[in-house]
Order: sequence, then C-alpha cells, then structure tokens
Amino acid sequence: MNFITIDKKDWAPGVDQSRKTYRVYGPVEDKNGCQIKPLAPDMQPKMDAPVTVMSAKSVLFPQTEKILTATLDESKEDHHVMKPVETDDMPRVVLGIRPYDAKAVHLVKLNFDNPDYKDPYWCAAYDATTFVGLGVTRPGPCDFSTAVGSGPFSEEGLDVLMADMDDKYLAKILTEKGEKWAAACGFATAADPKESQVLFDVLKKEAEKQIQADVNTDKLAQKTILDLYDAPFWDEVAFSCINCGTCTYVCPTCWCFDIQDETRHNTAVRFRNWDTCMSSLFTHHASGHNPRGTKVQRVRQRFMHKLKYFLDKYDQGIMCVGCGRCVASCPVNIDIREVCNRMNDYETTK
Amino acid sequence: MENPYLPYPVRIDDIEVATEDKSLKTFTFVFVNPEDEEKFAYKAGQFAELSIPGVGEIPIGIASSPVEKGFVKFTVFRTGVVTTHLHNMKKGDLMGIRGPLGNWYPWDKLENKNVVIIGGGFAFTTLRSSIVYMLDPANRKKFKNIDVVYGARSPGMLLYREELFDWEKRDDINMHITVDGTDDPDWKYHTGFVPQVVEDNAPVADEDTYAIVCGPPIMIKFTQPALTKLGYQPHQIIMSLENRMKCGIGMCGRCNIGKELVCKDGPVFTLEEINQTPKEY
Ligand SMILES: Cc1cc2nc3c(=O)[nH]c(=O)nc-3n(C[C@H](O)[C@H](O)[C@H](O)COP(=O)(O)OP(=O)(O)OC[C@H]3O[C@@H](n4cnc5c(N)ncnc54)[C@H](O)[C@@H]3O)c2cc1C
Ligand code: SF4
Ligand code: SF4
Ligand code: FES
Repeated sequence: MNFITIDKKDWAPGVDQSRKTYRVYGPVEDKNGCQIKPLAPDMQPKMDAPVTVMSAKSVLFPQTEKILTATLDESKEDHHVMKPVETDDMPRVVLGIRPYDAKAVHLVKLNFDNPDYKDPYWCAAYDATTFVGLGVTRPGPCDFSTAVGSGPFSEEGLDVLMADMDDKYLAKILTEKGEKWAAACGFATAADPKESQVLFDVLKKEAEKQIQADVNTDKLAQKTILDLYDAPFWDEVAFSCINCGTCTYVCPTCWCFDIQDETRHNTAVRFRNWDTCMSSLFTHHASGHNPRGTKVQRVRQRFMHKLKYFLDKYDQGIMCVGCGRCVASCPVNIDIREVCNRMNDYETTK
Repeated sequence: MENPYLPYPVRIDDIEVATEDKSLKTFTFVFVNPEDEEKFAYKAGQFAELSIPGVGEIPIGIASSPVEKGFVKFTVFRTGVVTTHLHNMKKGDLMGIRGPLGNWYPWDKLENKNVVIIGGGFAFTTLRSSIVYMLDPANRKKFKNIDVVYGARSPGMLLYREELFDWEKRDDINMHITVDGTDDPDWKYHTGFVPQVVEDNAPVADEDTYAIVCGPPIMIKFTQPALTKLGYQPHQIIMSLENRMKCGIGMCGRCNIGKELVCKDGPVFTLEEINQTPKEY
C-alpha cells in the first residue's frame, strides 16, 4: 500500500496527461444536475460536486448497448448470422467516484460475472476500468452508507482512494490498476504511509460521525422469504408509488435489463436496455398472464430483491450501498430506510 | 470469453403444422456448422432461445430428444410478434438458437423409479422430449413403469399425434390421452380435464414413484391436489414453470420467483422447492 500526494495545481495537467492511455470519466454538471460522464478533451471532472444524480453504473452497463448485429442482405453469405459487437477494451478511469458507488460495482459483479456465465460486455468494461474514488467528507442527508457495510471512506471496489486536503489530494493506492493510473498521470510524490493512514482514519471517523442513519439489517437473514413476503405492510408501503421506475434507474445496484431487436435497412441490431421491475410489462406473459400485475406486487419485488432475495442468494449483505439516491429522487417519498427497518423488525405472529 | 448471448446459426429444415387450427407448428432445425450441434448438447426438459435477427428472441422448450441426432425440434404457438414472424418463415430460412438453457428433469434421481408424466396443452413439448428419451432402447430399462396423462382441448389439438398413437400400442408405457370435449363418436380415449384423469388413472404413489407435471398454471394448480390425494409427497412432484424471460442465463433479472431464477435455477423445480417461494408464476 502506498500513499502519494497530488498538488491540486498538478491535478488538471496530470488528468490531461493520462488521456493518452485512458478515456476519462468524471462528474460533470449540466442541466440535469451532476452526472458521471465521459469527459471531452477540454473538460475536467468537477471533483467537488455533491452526490451525482445518477451513479457510475452506466460506465460498465450503458443504458442502451448494442450487443449483436447481423446483415439481412441475402446476397451475403453470412446473412442472418448474428455476430458480437466488438467489446471496448480501451482503458478508462472514473475519477471522483464515491466509495459507495464503487462498492455497488462489486455487488453488481456477482450478477454479471458468475461461475456459470460471464457477461462479456460488462466483464470487458470492468477489466478495462480503474476507479479513483474520492472520500466523502460531508455526507448528504440521505446517505446511510455506514449502515449497510459501506461508508464515506470505504475502500471496497476502488483502485485509488483520495481525500481532499484543501490544496492537495492525499491518495491511497489500493491496486495495481491504481498504480498504473497514477504513473500515467505522473503523480509520484510519495507521502509518509503512517502519517497518511492516521489522517485517513481521522477523516473517516469525522465523516462517519455525520451520518445519522438508523437503518438496521441485522435480523433480515433470520426471517423467511415467505414471512416477509406475506407481511401485512406492503399495501401501505406501495400506496403512493406511481411506478415511475426512477428508484431503479438511479440505483447503482439495480441491473435488470431488456433485450430488443431493431432493423435499419439491411442490418439487424440486438440491444440491451435498462429495464425495471416497476414496469407492469416486465413480467407480462405473452398469454396475458402476469405474475406481478399489480403495483403492490412490483414494489414488494423491488424491496424483497434488494433486502432479502439478494441477501439469501449471495450471503454478501443487502443489495443496497446506502447512497440514498432512491430516497432523494422518489417523487412520492418512498424511503428504503423505513422499509428496511420495517422488514428487519417484522415479527410474524404465526 | 464465450459469449452467452450469441446464437448458433441454424437453418429451418422442416415445418409441420401441428394442430388442426394451425396455431401450432413444429420447426425442425439443422445447425449450419455441424460442430455447433455438439456444443448444443441438451437434456430432456431444457429450453432454448429461438432468435430471429431483427425481430427478437423467445424462450421455447426443446421438443426433440437428446437421443435424436442431426436436428433439433421446437413446437411453437403463434401468439405475438416473434412467434408470428416464425410461423411465416419457410423451409431453408436462416435464424439462430441459443442454449441449451435452464435445468432439466432430474434423470439421475428418476432411474429405477416409476415415472408419471402429466401434461396439458402445448407445454407437452419438453414432455415429448422426455418420453422419447425414456423409451429409447438404451434407456428404457433404467425406468420402471411409465405412465403418461396428456390432455388437449380437442382431438385436433393433440400434438405429435402419430407418436401418441404409436406409444399407445406399446406395452412398456401406459398412455392416458384425454380431451376436454369432442363430438367425434369414434373417440376412444378419455374425455375430461387432466386433473380428473390423473386422479382416476395415475398410479398411487409409493416412495419409488415420481410425477412430472408441465402445463398451463391452471392445470398445474388443480393437478397438485389430485396427486396429493394419490399419496404423492411434495418432493415427488416435479414441475416445469414458465415465467417471462429475456436473457435465459440468470442476468436480466426478469424471471425470478423469490430468490430463484426460473431460467437458470429452473425451469424444473419440485413442489417442495416451490412451496418455499412466493407464488409469483
Ligand atoms: C421456459 C419456457 C418454455 C416455453 N416453451 C414454449 C413452447 O415450447 N412452445 C411455445 O409455443 N411457447 C413456449 N413458451 C412461451 C413463449 O416463450 C412465448 O409464447 C413467446 O415468448 C411469445 O413471444 P411473442 O414475441 O410471439 O409474443 P409477444 O406477445 O409479442 O411478446 C411476448 C411478451 O413481450 C412483451 N412485448 C411484446 N412486444 C413488446 C414491446 N413492443 N414492448 C414491450 N414489451 C413487448 C409483452 O409483454 C409480451 O407478453 C415458453 C416459455 C418459457 C419461459
Ligand atoms: S436502493 Fe437506494 S439507497 Fe440503496 S443503493 Fe439503490 S439507490 Fe442507493
Ligand atoms: S421512485 Fe418512488 S414512485 Fe417511482 S417507482 Fe420508485 S418507489 Fe415508486
Ligand atoms: S430470463 Fe433473464 S434472469 Fe431469467
């Protein structure tokens, strides 16, 4: 583990230097708020941005992605034979990702990279990506990351963790990928490891103190799926939901997708797109039968998936990193913190 | 890295209208690259994604049996965008199949057991695959008694009719064919719904008997109590479920019931397993 300091006046030149090797992503402010986006050559990441509206999930899992193509031109020998779209292996770096979003990548990896199948598109993007995190010194009001196994200075999923020290960044290099990135930027001023770690510990403590999350997950594992599923509170939880799907799109750990084909002239393209369990078409059978035809069934699915099914399936905690985006973005104030506590505290009377 | 979304190219070798109302057709495909056939090694009970470039992909149970070589068969009901397109295709056309996907009937566990197969409507496809597998000379002695209860709306809606009547003539399999109703005075098999025919004709369960059930949700729902009456325990009732699917490989998150993904952990589950999950199918 080594620490370096990066003088802020060296930051922009370093980022520019790294563009020879990396495509650079980072927070940018636009009319839709702050988003993690690929940076144009003349752009610098807005490192002091608050929480980004959308997470960094689209860096590895674009909202719409071509996966296969085929020609339909029958004069070509390979007509109607689908071919994979080249995966993009160009190294990329995400600057200023928040630690909880990096942890989310690790949870999502369980889905896209498992012993049975590897998603070649997600895995190629993952392998090519370096995550340079920035510790959160002033957590927002919806942040409950400490309650769910992450936190403002959590290192999981990061290649570098930086702390903002006013005129400089103190950076902890966590992986080989992180080392390569620092070298590509020319950042090489070593810092004293002991002192630096002490500083990180202090910052971490101070940041964590500001999070007053009262969210408990300790009893979720003991309950049965059926008890929680049959719990009496789902109608109440779902009452105001308008099934807009916002909570699932902003969530760094939601990964559901749809696959659709399109044809243009003589070319067929197969896409995958983000999808949401909030949509009634999501589970609609061709026969018309729909196992989750009502709103309350869909809201329950979202919370059960995140807080119970995932936990039972992977034994890696819940499928939520406490970023609070869904809380902040829900137009009708449905709050996962409350639902989680309700589920955690639920005692069946059976 | 293997790309699990990439279909094998196949050519339509034959199309057979399977029911009198023409709503079902059986498609026989051959692999464009013969080596793909080996890679597509499947077991009876699995499904595949039929893939029409530019139109879409749909999950369909494999109707042919692993013991039938040189082709794969699927029987498809015309209902929407992809299935209608497929019904309009012709012999020689190229498309793709992706798989095999999902789990299969637990053949190891079924060895040396009595097996009762219960199917309704066009869910009979993977059951055809199973029957052909079990009746194969190399396999028949691995199973004890084989009973089949199969129902369709009317005689003209029975799938694989010639084979059904061939099986009927054999003495190493007991066929109980039924239709909901018919005005054919010469109809010599059962009339009535599948659950009733099961109750009246399926063997009473001992610990060496397993039932495999595949059909529309309503049939499954009413067959369970009939089997329970005959003494079948939840672990002896094996069912194949259908949920809406896209990826077929456990990633798109569409087909779950509780923590199980029907496309990957299923589609085959025992009733014992299903009893632990929410009723979302
Ligand atoms: C494991 C399994 C095995 C199966 N085996 C068989 C079998 O052996 N034989 C058989 O006939 N069937 C089988 N099915 C059912 C078969 O998969 C469906 O009938 C088929 O998918 C219908 O496809 P379609 O495109 O024709 O229907 P559509 O109704 O066009 O599409 C299917 C679904 O897609 C959605 N959809 C369609 N168009 C759109 C759109 N533009 N935007 C958003 N959503 C849209 C709808 O919600 C619809 O319910 C099986 C299903 C499963 C899961
Ligand atoms: S469920 Fe809400 S709080 Fe949890 S990770 Fe997703 S958006 Fe963030
Ligand atoms: S954001 Fe709120 S209203 Fe919209 S689907 Fe999610 S819970 Fe429902
Ligand atoms: S069909 Fe995608 S997860 Fe089952």
